[in-house]
Amino acid sequence: MDAVKRYFRSPAAIAGLILLLIVIAMAISAGWLYPRDPLALAGRPLVWPFSNPRFLLGTDNSGRDIAAQIFYGARISLLIGGVATAIAILIGILVGAFAGYYGGWVDNVLMRITEAFQTLPNFVLLLVLVAVFGSTLTTVTIAVGVVSWPAPARLTRAEFLSLRNREFVQAGRTLGMKNIQLIFGEILPNALPPVIVYASVVMAVAILLESALAFLRLSDPNVASWGNLIGLGRDVLRVQWYVSAIPGIAILVTVLAVSLVGQGLNDALNPRLKGR
Amino acid sequence: MRILTLAGRRLAASIPTLILILIGVFLLLQFAPGDTVDAMMAQMGGGDAATARELRKFYGLDLSIPAQLGNYLWRLVRLDLGFSSIYGKPVASVILERLPPTILLMTASLSFAFFFGLVFGVIAARGVNRWPDTLISTLGLIFYATPSFWFGLMAIVVFSVYLQWLPPGGFEDIGAVRTGIWRVLDIASHLVLPTLTLGLIFLAIYLRIMRASMLEVLNLDYVRTARAKGLDETRVVTRHVLRNALLPMVTLIGLQAGTMLGGSVVVESVFSLPGLGRLAYESVVQRDLNTLLGIVFVSALLVITVNFVVDLIYARLDPRITAEG
Repeated sequence: MDAVKRYFRSPAAIAGLILLLIVIAMAISAGWLYPRDPLALAGRPLVWPFSNPRFLLGTDNSGRDIAAQIFYGARISLLIGGVATAIAILIGILVGAFAGYYGGWVDNVLMRITEAFQTLPNFVLLLVLVAVFGSTLTTVTIAVGVVSWPAPARLTRAEFLSLRNREFVQAGRTLGMKNIQLIFGEILPNALPPVIVYASVVMAVAILLESALAFLRLSDPNVASWGNLIGLGRDVLRVQWYVSAIPGIAILVTVLAVSLVGQGLNDALNPRLKGR
Repeated sequence: MRILTLAGRRLAASIPTLILILIGVFLLLQFAPGDTVDAMMAQMGGGDAATARELRKFYGLDLSIPAQLGNYLWRLVRLDLGFSSIYGKPVASVILERLPPTILLMTASLSFAFFFGLVFGVIAARGVNRWPDTLISTLGLIFYATPSFWFGLMAIVVFSVYLQWLPPGGFEDIGAVRTGIWRVLDIASHLVLPTLTLGLIFLAIYLRIMRASMLEVLNLDYVRTARAKGLDETRVVTRHVLRNALLPMVTLIGLQAGTMLGGSVVVESVFSLPGLGRLAYESVVQRDLNTLLGIVFVSALLVITVNFVVDLIYARLDPRITAEG
């Protein structure tokens, strides 16, 4: 409860939470506010924002409603960001927990693999994965998750290294608990808070990665995503720059919200580090 | 000399990592739909199965996968990255042509981000929780959340379309033949926007780390001693605090080298710079898997090199590292 109170004492954290709730509300209400397919033709192409009350944010190159695409894009960004983050954190926790708990050759092998993933630029690996497995919504989400796990793995490993010989673990061992029980039942709950906080960083990066992929037209072209719209608007950038500008602001606000919430959680859970 | 031995040991330790990456990506690419021969046949406008079989035999693609992998690694030892059927020349020379713009862009962005991250970080830490700090920290958060390609596009709209101060893309003006200093200035003017675009997110990261590490060091005992012996604040910061506060910043360069290379894929595409990143993108679109694998190799090599240099700088900044060795 103290942590909740501390969270709401920070104006930045509250602002982040409000922004995030707005984005979530957009994602939920998309189907209700814009029942038609967001990628269907809606009117004349390239209508400027605020010039036609039917299309509040204007239309894109082929006459699709930008506002509808922004609302549906919130779904895609949150979906990809959320699922990819879950994948990355899950792999990271498994790798980090085993490496940190067992040490020795297990640690050596797992850390070598982690290092390999970190040496290869993650966007280049993302390109390779998309080149091999194609770019549907599912493959892109998994690919973003697969390139994002090394940092959480290192974090989990560091936590496990510092916790694995504490008294409560030794007590558990004396009681005859199995390694798996100790790892997931005793140590993991204590190692989890910093990893969960770090998930916000992973999610922010995941959203940015997917939007960059979509901008390069290497993500799923059959869904309304913010990155796709920016890539589309690039063709008419010189005059109708708003087609690219609007979805970019949406990405910025979402990533900002996720980072602010993450920072707020961090300050709330580790009050001693506040202001750092 | 000790520094070199130490950094050299780290360098040697990265060789297994490099081999691991190559084997992993090589095996991964076996799952890709279509191989080099398919791409070549498509380029030639189709052909019969016999020709395809012969080509596969010629390129050693009819062997088992472990044998192919062995061949590939053995060719790599001799620095032979294979042949790009799309560009019609060896992958190594395609990559070498594309390397200079990327290295130039990365160096420029890194210097920009490092310098301004340092300056803003120091200013923010000096006025902690007052308005300069709030302003800088807020800007940092916003920069961090800005998608780089979008910032690049908006910069093109403002500086190239409306103000017409800077060129919207390309590496140099191909219409005019320039030499010497004029060519340098021309390339520099083409690189201003890409540098800002790529450097922005790193600027945000560096200033946050610099601020945190300044705050940490400013509270240490030896800083109090320096103040107590009557040094003015500027001297305390520049002579005593900065050197120690710089350590995390230098570590970060090594950690971010890969991210920066990945970021240049996007930035080079926005500004149509003929660099390594754009080549990576093109080889994905054109299914030129040989070139893609070559790029994986070269970018891993680049990251390892940057980390080697960072190790050297680190040891220079903090003599304790070599003493403990």
